[in-house]
Amino acid sequence: MTAKVVTITSGKGGVGKTTSVANIAVALASRGQRVVCIDGDIGLRNLDVVLGLENRIVYDLVDVIEGRCRLRQAMIRDKRLPELYLIPAAQTRDKTAVSPSDMIRLCDELRPDVDWILIDSPAGIERGFRNAIAPADRVLVITNPDVSAVRDADRVIGILDAEEKGPVSLIINRVNSDMVRRGEMLSVEDVLDLLAVHLIGIVPEDENVIVASNRGQPLSLDGKSRAGVAFQNIARRLMGEEVPFSELETPGLWQRLLGRRR
Amino acid sequence: MMKFLRRSKSAASAKERLQLVLIHDRTDLNATELEALKDDLIATISRHVAIDPLGVVIHIAQDGRSQRLVADIPLRSANQRRR
Repeated sequence: MTAKVVTITSGKGGVGKTTSVANIAVALASRGQRVVCIDGDIGLRNLDVVLGLENRIVYDLVDVIEGRCRLRQAMIRDKRLPELYLIPAAQTRDKTAVSPSDMIRLCDELRPDVDWILIDSPAGIERGFRNAIAPADRVLVITNPDVSAVRDADRVIGILDAEEKGPVSLIINRVNSDMVRRGEMLSVEDVLDLLAVHLIGIVPEDENVIVASNRGQPLSLDGKSRAGVAFQNIARRLMGEEVPFSELETPGLWQRLLGRRR
Repeated sequence: MMKFLRRSKSAASAKERLQLVLIHDRTDLNATELEALKDDLIATISRHVAIDPLGVVIHIAQDGRSQRLVADIPLRSANQRRR
């Protein structure tokens, strides 16, 4: 048995990488999968707080790489889901403390023991991003339906294509269906026209995301909210299940009719 | 439909602007460079065959994630050329 390494990246910051990693990890783990998430954002760690595991950190990624602890010692086990682990980023170091080959070595060591390794990439296209994509079997690019996030996503997809880091799949996060309906936000179809890439998830804008991160309890733990369901659908699609994009229905029949008439 | 025509919505302008920006980002070719390329192309082709330089149209077309440079170059007929 060998794990799949999935890296989540975006180019632009603040589009929802960390939230997505936390929620997809929780959704996979609640389906009985063994999951390790790695916070790749050295110096600006956040996955620990979003997952609610910040008080349990002893060792971090850089400690493992520099040999101050064994891999197992840096893996924080989530008490809610026994098969979910976090390897936190170092907070007082920078990206140069890790190299792409360190990440490949680390993931190779983890692969035999788990089903999924999810890597939370830092924003940007520099060293931290290179580290995060180096071991990836699959890359999920996340964007929001706005001009800067889409532009940056295109740039990242271009780099991933050039490095043959395929297959790349897209998550469109924070879709406000009301604004889409009014023609004041790019629709899922618009974003797909522009980026021409495989779609794996549509996440509606949902204030429960903030509430969940305030509490350190990812949405997909209970999965009643719309965003929580969307993340669970992404997890199911990653596992190979065919899940129809029911969320697509919300952005509007109206808009789809217009699209068809043009 | 009426509602749609009344006033162009911001999503439509976002999409239009992004289409142009992405072509530039992906090809590293802006409008000025494209114009220079067109002039070079006209000069080169004119050395071999007579063309109508005013009728030359050049643009970048998109096909999924790949783009192609499309040039439409009207040739002058042999009769016109002889004059």
